[in-house]
Amino acid sequence: MKLTIEVNGDRHDVDVDPETPLLWVLRDELRLTGTKYGCGVAQCGACTVHVDGRPRRACVTPVRSVVDKRVTTIEGVSGPTADAVRNAWVSIDVPQCGYCQSGQIMTAVALLTKLRRPSDDDIDHAMSGNICRCATYLRIRRAIHQAAGDAK
Amino acid sequence: MSETTKTRTGVGRRNFLVTSASLILGLTLGGRNAAAGGSPLTKVRGGDASPDLFIEIRADETVEITCHRSEMGQQVWTAMAQIIAEELEADWERVRVVQAVGHPRYGDQNTDGSRSVRYNFHRLRVAGGALRTMLERTAAKRWKVAPSSCRAVLGKVTHPATNRSISFGELAADARAQPIPTEGEIVLKKRADWRYITKPVKSLTVPRIVRGEGTFGMDVQLPDMLVAVIARPPRVFGKLKRVDDSQTQLVSGVVETVVLDTPTPPAHFQPLGGVAVVARNTWAALQGRKLLELEWEAGPNASYDSETYAQELMAKVREPGEVRRKRGDVAAALESAAERVAAEYYVPHLAHSPIEPPVATAKWDGDEVTCWACVQAPQAARKAVARVCEIPEDNVTINVTWLGGGFGRKSKPDFVAEAAVVARAVQAPVKLVWTREDDLTHGYYHAVSAQRLEAGLDAEGRCVAFLHRTAFPVIDSTFEAGADQPSWGELRLGASDTPFAVPNLQLETGRADAHLRIGWLRSVCNIYHAFAVQSFVAELAHAARRDPKDYLLTLIGPPRHVDPNKEGAEYDNYGSSLDDYPIDTARLAAVTTTAAAMANWARPLPNGHGLGIAAHRSFTTYVATVVEVAVDEEGRLAIVGVWSAMDAGTVVNTNHARTQLEGGTLFGLSNALYGEITAKQGIVEQHNFPAWRVMRMNEAPRHMETTIIESDAPPGGIGEPPTPPAAPALTNAIFAACGLRIRRLPIFGPDRRDRLAVKGVKQ
Ligand code: FES
Ligand code: FES
Repeated sequence: MKLTIEVNGDRHDVDVDPETPLLWVLRDELRLTGTKYGCGVAQCGACTVHVDGRPRRACVTPVRSVVDKRVTTIEGVSGPTADAVRNAWVSIDVPQCGYCQSGQIMTAVALLTKLRRPSDDDIDHAMSGNICRCATYLRIRRAIHQAAGDAK
Repeated sequence: MSETTKTRTGVGRRNFLVTSASLILGLTLGGRNAAAGGSPLTKVRGGDASPDLFIEIRADETVEITCHRSEMGQQVWTAMAQIIAEELEADWERVRVVQAVGHPRYGDQNTDGSRSVRYNFHRLRVAGGALRTMLERTAAKRWKVAPSSCRAVLGKVTHPATNRSISFGELAADARAQPIPTEGEIVLKKRADWRYITKPVKSLTVPRIVRGEGTFGMDVQLPDMLVAVIARPPRVFGKLKRVDDSQTQLVSGVVETVVLDTPTPPAHFQPLGGVAVVARNTWAALQGRKLLELEWEAGPNASYDSETYAQELMAKVREPGEVRRKRGDVAAALESAAERVAAEYYVPHLAHSPIEPPVATAKWDGDEVTCWACVQAPQAARKAVARVCEIPEDNVTINVTWLGGGFGRKSKPDFVAEAAVVARAVQAPVKLVWTREDDLTHGYYHAVSAQRLEAGLDAEGRCVAFLHRTAFPVIDSTFEAGADQPSWGELRLGASDTPFAVPNLQLETGRADAHLRIGWLRSVCNIYHAFAVQSFVAELAHAARRDPKDYLLTLIGPPRHVDPNKEGAEYDNYGSSLDDYPIDTARLAAVTTTAAAMANWARPLPNGHGLGIAAHRSFTTYVATVVEVAVDEEGRLAIVGVWSAMDAGTVVNTNHARTQLEGGTLFGLSNALYGEITAKQGIVEQHNFPAWRVMRMNEAPRHMETTIIESDAPPGGIGEPPTPPAAPALTNAIFAACGLRIRRLPIFGPDRRDRLAVKGVKQ
C-alpha cells in the first residue's frame, strides 16, 4: 500500500504493508540506518525516534500510525537541545560501541526538551527503557546533566 | 542515494563496493601492496611492521591508518591510530582510520583476549617509526643534507638548521619508494616525548556515532540485496523433520525459503541448520518466518535441563578431582588445621547479548564471495565460510563493519557462514539478520560452573591450606565432540594462577558434558573463578575475625613473582611472556590498597551499609574493586558506590581505559545481579529482554570512581580485566551489609521482585 510519511522534514512516498513497523521502513526503505534494531519488542530503546517531538519505539509503531505526523530520527534531530546533548556526548566520550546511542540521544533530547533541569530520579525514569549493554550509564547521566547546564 | 561500483584488482578479484552515505568498508582491500617482499620488518615483535601494511599518506596530507582489529566500543581505532601517529609524528587532525579486511597478512586479527594493544604496541610503533624515518630520509635527499639533521614534527619534516620544512603529503610519493629501514635503524621516541600515547585523546568514532553515522553490520546495504532470517532447530543438533512454507510464500515480499543442512558435531562455527526465509525486506522475512510450519527431531541434547545439571555439577565438586596444580600437601594441612572452612559456588550460563545481534551480508561472484559482517575474528570468518562453502580461503573476502558490541559472541562467525550459504542458494546478495530471540536462544553460552573451596586456618586464623575444585562444560566441546576436560587455557583464567601466599595449595578439576554450544564471554572463566575465590577470601576473613581487605592483602602476601608452571600447571600467561608480564603480587596488592583508599575503607558506615572488596589479575592486568551497598529491612538492595583501581601497565588512552573500567565493572555487576540463561529439554528459556535481564539506567550505580595506575610496565589487557572482581565485590558488600552470603548467582531473577532473603539472617 502507498503511504506518505514525513521524516526529518522530508516527505517520502513508500509502498509497504501499513502494519510494517516504522523501524523497518526507516531502515530498509528510506536507508536511514541510524535508528537501530535491538529487540523488536519495545524493551531496549535502540529504535527510539521522535513522533511529533515525543519519544517512540519505532519497532512497535506501525507505519500507518505516523502518517500525518512528524517523524524525527537521529540523522535529523537538531536545535539547541540536540546540539547540547551531542556536544556533551562527545566531550564526555559517552558511547562505547555506539549502537544503542542513537536511542539514548533521542531519549535524552526528549527528556531535556520536557525538563530543563532533570534530577537523577528524572533521568532514571526517562532513560531506564534504553539498554546499553556496554553499560555507559555513568557517562550518560553525566552528559545529561552537562547538556542541561549548557542548554540554558 | 548514490551508488557506484568500483573494481579493485589488488588481490586478483573483483571487489564490489557501495559508497552509500556511510558504507566505506573494504576500502583497504587490495588497495596497497601487502608488504611487498624486501621489507626487513616482517618479523618484529608482534608481527609484520612494514609501514605500507598500516599507513598511507595522501597528497592532501591525510594520514590513513588501517586498523586490523575490530572496533566494538573499546576504541581500538583510536588506540591503534594513537600508537602509529605517535611514532610517525602525524598531525592528529589529519588522521583517518579505515578498517582492514580479514587477511593473514595482518597477523592475528582475533579481537578478543584483551590483546589488541598488548600484542601490537611495539609492532605499530615500529611501523610508524619506519615511515617517519623514510619521510625524513626523503626530505634530506631533497635538501641534500644529512638525514640525522632532519626531524619529523606533526605532519612535516623540518630542517631546524636552515628553518625549512616540507609536509608529509609532499614527501609521501617519494618516501614510499625509499627502502624500508631495519628495526635497528629506527629510533623510537622516548616516553617523555610522547604526545598521543598515555593521553586522553578523543575518540575517532564518537563524533560520528552521535549523528547516527557509521556502518554497523546491521546497516550494510547492497543493490538488489535481499534479507533473510532463519528458523533454527530449537536444540543444538536437532534436525528438521518437516517444513510447510505455503503460508510463508503468501507473504508479500517473501522471495524464497531455503532449507539448510544439519551440522554434525562438533558445532564449531557451522550454521545450525533450519529454514531460511529470504525476502525483499526485513519485515517480510520476519513475518514469513512466523508462518513456517516446522517439525523438528529433538536430537542428542533433548534431555538437557540446566537445573538438574547444576545439581550434578555441584555433586561433582564434592568429590576429589584431577589435580592440576599442587603446592605442599593440602590434605595433610587440612587434617591438622585448627579450623576448616568450606564453601560451594554456582554461576549459571550467561549470554553475550551484544545490543547489535549477529548479522552478516554476503554476495557471490562466481565461486568467490564477499562478506560484510560485525566480526571480532575476520580470519576465522574467512575460514568458516571457506569450510562450509567448500571453496578456497582466497575466494572469501571479509569486510569488517563496526560492531554494536561483541563480548566474545562475534568471534564465533557461524552467522557469516549462514549468510554465505543462503546468498549462494538464492543467487543474490543477502543480509542474514539475527533477531534478539535468535541471539538469546542460539548462542555460544558462557559455561555454567560449580566450585568448591576448602581451607584450613591455623590457631591465629592464617590460611595454611587452600583447595579449589572447579567443574564446568568446556569450550573445547564446541570444537571437539565429547571434550569434557577443563583445558589449561580455561584454568589459567583465575584458577591455576591464584597468587596466594599459602604453604599448601591445590587445584582440582571435574569433567562435565556440554549440551549447548559453549563459548567465551568477556573475561571468560575469570567470571566464575574470581567470584568463588574472592568470595571465599571474605569468608575466610569472617571465620578468622579479620578485616576482609587486610585478610586479602595477607593472602596476596609479600611482593614476589608467582610461576604456576613450577607447581604442575601449564600456564601460558595469556600469550604473553612471564618475563615481560610476571604475576606480580606487589601490583595486585597495590591496586587493592588503592581501591580501598579511594573508598575510604575504614570509615564508619550507616546502618545497613556494607563494603566489599575483590582483587584479581587477568589478561596481565590488575584490578581491584570496592562496592558499597545499602540493604534495607525488606531486603531491597542499592549499590551506593563503586571504586575501581586498574594497573594495566602502559595505557595508550587513559580516558578510554576508564570507560572500559566503568563498562566492564558494570557488565560484571549486571551479570551478578540478573544474568542467567536456563534450559529445559535442551531448549533455552530466555527469548528476549526482560526474561534475559541486563542492567538498566535506574539499576546502575550513580557513583563510581576509577583510578588508572601510572606504570612503565608493558601494556596489559583492558577490555576484560575490569569484569571479574565486580561480582565478588558486590556479594562481599551484601554480606557486610546484612550477613547474607550469596554463593549462587544471579542475585535476582527475572521476576523483578528484587528482594534479598534477609529475613532471619544473623550478622
Ligand atoms: S528495538 Fe525497539 S525497543 Fe528494542
Ligand atoms: S554503547 Fe554499546 S550498547 Fe550502548
